[in-house]
Amino acid sequence: MRAIIPSLAALAVAAAIVPAVTAPAWARDSVSIGMTLEPPILDPTAGAAAAIGEVTYQNIFQGLTQIDAAGQVVASLATSWSVSADGKTYTFHLAKGVVFSDGEKFGCDDVKFSLDRARGKDSVNPQKALFAPIASVACPDAATAVVTLGQPTASFLFGMAMPAAVIVAPGSAAGDKTKPVGTGPYMLGNWVKGDHVTLVRNPKYSGKAPAMASATFRFIADPAAATAAMLAGNLDAFTLFPAPEAIAQLKADKKLRVEIGSTSGKIIVSLNEAKKPFGNLLVRRAMAYAIDRNAYNQAVLDGYGTPIGSHDVPGDAGYVDLASTYPYNAAKAKQLLAQAGYPHGFAMTMVLPPPAYARRGGEVIAAMLGQVGIKVKLVDMEWAQWLSQAFTHHDYEATIVSHVEPRDLYQYANPHYYWNYHSATYDALYKKYQAATDPAAQLALWGDLQKQLAHDEPNIFLCAMPKIGVWNANLRGMWKNALITVDIVGQMSWAK
Amino acid sequence: MTGFLLRRLLGLALMLVAASLVVFAVMNVLPGDPALLMLGTGASRATLAALRHQMGLDLPLWQQYLRWAGGLLRGDFGISYTYQTPVAGLILARLGVTLPLAAMSIGLAVAIAIPVGVVAATHQGKAADAALMGAAQLGVAVPNFWLGLLLILLFAVRLGWLPASGFPGWSGGLGAGLAALLMPAVALALPQAAILARVTRSAVIEAAGEDYVRTARAKGLAARAAIWGHALPNALIPVVTILGFQFSYLLAGTVVIENVFTLPGMGRLLFQAIAGRDLITVQDIVVLLTGSVIVVNTLVDLAYAAIDPRVSLAGMPGRDDEG
Repeated sequence: MRAIIPSLAALAVAAAIVPAVTAPAWARDSVSIGMTLEPPILDPTAGAAAAIGEVTYQNIFQGLTQIDAAGQVVASLATSWSVSADGKTYTFHLAKGVVFSDGEKFGCDDVKFSLDRARGKDSVNPQKALFAPIASVACPDAATAVVTLGQPTASFLFGMAMPAAVIVAPGSAAGDKTKPVGTGPYMLGNWVKGDHVTLVRNPKYSGKAPAMASATFRFIADPAAATAAMLAGNLDAFTLFPAPEAIAQLKADKKLRVEIGSTSGKIIVSLNEAKKPFGNLLVRRAMAYAIDRNAYNQAVLDGYGTPIGSHDVPGDAGYVDLASTYPYNAAKAKQLLAQAGYPHGFAMTMVLPPPAYARRGGEVIAAMLGQVGIKVKLVDMEWAQWLSQAFTHHDYEATIVSHVEPRDLYQYANPHYYWNYHSATYDALYKKYQAATDPAAQLALWGDLQKQLAHDEPNIFLCAMPKIGVWNANLRGMWKNALITVDIVGQMSWAK
Repeated sequence: MTGFLLRRLLGLALMLVAASLVVFAVMNVLPGDPALLMLGTGASRATLAALRHQMGLDLPLWQQYLRWAGGLLRGDFGISYTYQTPVAGLILARLGVTLPLAAMSIGLAVAIAIPVGVVAATHQGKAADAALMGAAQLGVAVPNFWLGLLLILLFAVRLGWLPASGFPGWSGGLGAGLAALLMPAVALALPQAAILARVTRSAVIEAAGEDYVRTARAKGLAARAAIWGHALPNALIPVVTILGFQFSYLLAGTVVIENVFTLPGMGRLLFQAIAGRDLITVQDIVVLLTGSVIVVNTLVDLAYAAIDPRVSLAGMPGRDDEG
């Protein structure tokens, strides 16, 4: 209790000072939020950049379902739904009285339009795979949508909660890239390209009017500039703060609140199994033993990450902790390498995209692998080159990358994916998971998938990416954890 | 004079064609697919093909070049791959930040450098000269991005006088816009002013030793008036030459400074466009920058004639290769 009193006093002092230097807190109904990258467009059904979802998801656009702060799928435009016993037919009961921000009425025809457009031949939806299971969409009446799947798909409702699956209207969809029209509580105010996007209340929103009248998203790529903007009070919040090294400084500032949570980012050393010697399980396990995940976490993520042992994160409901599958053991690594036919190690090249987890992380990983005789040559690449060379043309041996899509275990069943992992056992297990209709069985199988990956170690799983959030101590409604990058302005408010 | 301008115009056209070919070739040799950057790692091959077709990226390269260059001739800058809006509008909005920033920093640099250079020259070898030129030496050595960060720490974080970064837009009022540009302009101007001051100093010292200054002094003109009225105007040619060069450096400097201060200017647009493989935008900006450097060099040559009537532009064919 004694520890609380001084901090309460400090808060009171801070609360007394802050209104004096900035706008009066009781009158504030706007918020300014920092983000590192600018959304190129504002239509999440036409571009993959996470920044598009961060600005628009649940603010401008809504989906049939949505992801909540706990990572669960909950109702959105569909207020409830039922699933047939064979797991193939989903009947969605739609919210009534909902209107798009341009005045168009929302109904089942919009759902049908959005889903058919996303899975159509000319679709440029970045997550088209989410819609692949859909066989047909029917509208028995304006408030009911019946979606029939070709086969049961356990991940379907989760997929429909993704930003790429939001509902758009036939009349306005083509213009959504620059003039987004959705059913959410906010709409586009103005967009000064390269500087900020401002959202304002949507007067036609059918629900309760949100507390914030407007929200400004400012784009600040430079970590030092982001730190300065938070310290100077130019920003109220930074959801994915880019400078972990500045956290101690920000924590010392009583006007700010720092929350370290989890994202769905999985930092992995991707190995190209089509290249020698990475097709050899013994070599992959040797590398897994040679890498000290805790040391990586300390050196690269300032200790804010969580070591992982498979392709899932602690924030996911079905997460299984497998981080100790290959505990750091250099002697064991050398022994496995010798067993694999590489008693003196081997030479390899690792390509590194720009983020610090890869560039700084690459140095750390190379040093660790060097300890067991694996000589790593590091090659820096910018994203465009990485995507083209490593990701598309599979012209790489190893790389470090954070896979940010939530629940993306399906990529290990994709034979064309850039890591070239092929396992009949895994593919069968994945089919079984998708076909499961009972939630408990789905969860158990989800765990089995992770265990299978830990066993096969197709990639070296390093750490779950931390979500370093920084915001004004008086701001309410920010999320600590997030499976997808969001800023739900409708939930934000200023403390009285 | 007319012949000079015509030759310059022809040179400008040839340079622009060359620049457009080089930048188009370089951007297309660089690995990177705009469609893939747009759709990310979850996109299927069919989706990527559909987007490439929409963007016209499935056409042969020569057709893509002709489509773009032909558009430029008609004044159509094309549609940005990244933002999906006309590039002309993007560039125009960015010029509203970069041009005032460049003007402010050039103005500041001149306003600081000329008096400093003249004072140092008139106090040659004395303490004031040593102090000013020592400061100038420091100014030349300090990188502008580092200076920018120091300014942010002092004036935004510590004192809270100025915004740390960003630009509210001119619609937010002239004062707010100028306040946002002040620190970046200073960060850009100080290193430039340092160079300019050194050049001014040596040019004034040289001119002050000339016969006409001695004559002016002998006729009873005060030392101060002789320097400002006679030596300085004659010292301006090297100063203007350096100023012309500095314009090109300034354009490069804005790329860095606009990133440090997150200003939505041309420099940052170019930087983002290269990283995001927004080919059309990069091509447009490079051609535009090439054109503006040539135009400024032409203006510098015209300024020579204005400063020194002895300079005849018609007799300067050799200067055409400079742009």
